[in-house]
Amino acid sequence: MVGVDPTEIEKKIKSRYVLTFSDYENGLREGKLLGLKCKDCGEYTCPPMIVCQRCGSSNVEKAELSGKGELMTYTVIRVPPEGFEAPYIVCLVKTEEGPWIVGRLDYDPEGVSEEVLGKNVKIKGVFAFSDKYSGGEHVCPVFEIS
Amino acid sequence: MRDVAIIGIGHTKFGKADKNQLELFGDAAAEAMEDANVDRKEIEALYMGSVLPMFEEGQGMPQVYATSELGLGHIPSTRFEGACASATVAIRDAYMWVASGQFDIVLAGGTERATIMGTPFATRTFAMGGLAATEGPAGLTFPGVFAMAAVLYSRFYEIPLEKLREKMAYVSIKNHKHGALNPLAQWYKKYGDLTVEKVLNSPKIADPLTLLDCCPFSDGAAALVICAADVARKYTDEPVYILGTGQGTGGALARLEDFTKPPSRVYSARMAFKQAGLSPKDIDILELHDCFTSAELIALEAMGFFEWGEAADATVDGQTDLGGKIPTNMSGGLIGKGHPIGATGASQVYMVIQQMRGAAPKGNQVDPVPEIGMTDTLGGDFGTLCHIILGRTRR
Repeated sequence: MVGVDPTEIEKKIKSRYVLTFSDYENGLREGKLLGLKCKDCGEYTCPPMIVCQRCGSSNVEKAELSGKGELMTYTVIRVPPEGFEAPYIVCLVKTEEGPWIVGRLDYDPEGVSEEVLGKNVKIKGVFAFSDKYSGGEHVCPVFEIS
Repeated sequence: MRDVAIIGIGHTKFGKADKNQLELFGDAAAEAMEDANVDRKEIEALYMGSVLPMFEEGQGMPQVYATSELGLGHIPSTRFEGACASATVAIRDAYMWVASGQFDIVLAGGTERATIMGTPFATRTFAMGGLAATEGPAGLTFPGVFAMAAVLYSRFYEIPLEKLREKMAYVSIKNHKHGALNPLAQWYKKYGDLTVEKVLNSPKIADPLTLLDCCPFSDGAAALVICAADVARKYTDEPVYILGTGQGTGGALARLEDFTKPPSRVYSARMAFKQAGLSPKDIDILELHDCFTSAELIALEAMGFFEWGEAADATVDGQTDLGGKIPTNMSGGLIGKGHPIGATGASQVYMVIQQMRGAAPKGNQVDPVPEIGMTDTLGGDFGTLCHIILGRTRR
């Protein structure tokens, strides 16, 4: 009979991810910031991808980041997407390990100013969101000023 | 690759439409075919930008029904989705297919009907252009992205944020001034006499951006007839040639890091300049993606029209207005003309060609008529960038 034994095809079915996005979110829920460390260039990737976000290598291993970083930029969202309650602060943080990540800043949206820029921040918890388009509940880190 | 020309252009009034998005595209495409003097039987394929038709009107495959609506028969029709850059990506692919020799005459453009969603749901669906897994739960919006860009710009170039807000207001003043003169614009005759104070004091959308720093939600369509250059003069005495195109891809906003220097835009613009054998100093008119005032500054710098950090002062100085170094968004841009996201790239090309024909409205027309023009279209938070360089003469 021509063709290939199905077990030969089944052998090729495997995950090529060291860490999935779901693993990353579960880490956040437990207070851990998970990512990848590249065994070729030594740089970190966060959130995880299938390759190193710096050099594209797939020679990566799971790593736990400190959850600390520098507040690079922020905005106060006043006109939110449907399903969100404004005002709230969205920010980008440069982690100690290098990657920038997006999250919320736990701070008074009416009292915030450029003074917070460059401050050291750390993860204090998560913000969870789901609606009928989100593919289930997702979480982002919530940062506080250290 | 053959040389390719644009021989016909069509554009609906932008704003709030009382037609569905297939009819909007029908109006723009019919006008483009009339303008080109081509019969519908000569159109060999359709390339259409369209972003959110399923959310707006519950409509999948709008390219199919647009083709049918226009009586174009069973020709191939393809939809392109690159968020707000969709139509430019569609035009670029249409260009490639004609350049390859596969087709002689095709129709390209885009359509959108965003206003029908209302602001909360439109904000939700537009935000889907970001990386949903990370930016979704954070509740990041597009005004939020360009607000954070303004804050970064302020930090990196050491311009106090309040001072930068004043400088950014000049983008809004300029684009609204020209939008107010453009009968096809959403804000025609509306905000032609803005002041810095009016921009700064309009309602905050995402700090530091106010409503007048932002483009509106819009309905509209635009279409082009694209044709092999060798046959273009059979149809028109004023073909406009595609001299170069570029396209670039970004990734999650946070991974771009300093997104005041978006690498996807640098990549795409350089590709277009290289193909055309031109540089920014050769461009006479520019239609760029000013979804927000800060976005115009970032775009001017990333394309190479100004050094990093210098576009804000250049704008205040009038260098991006009529008579300046590079007249930018003389149509009103997205801020003054409106931004039906699936159509915007085709609208930008329409406005450059209108300028090249000397047919722009009084107060917006560049004099002398521009020889070489460029469009810049941005999709998502720098996820898709696409550029087209147009010229009145063949290379």
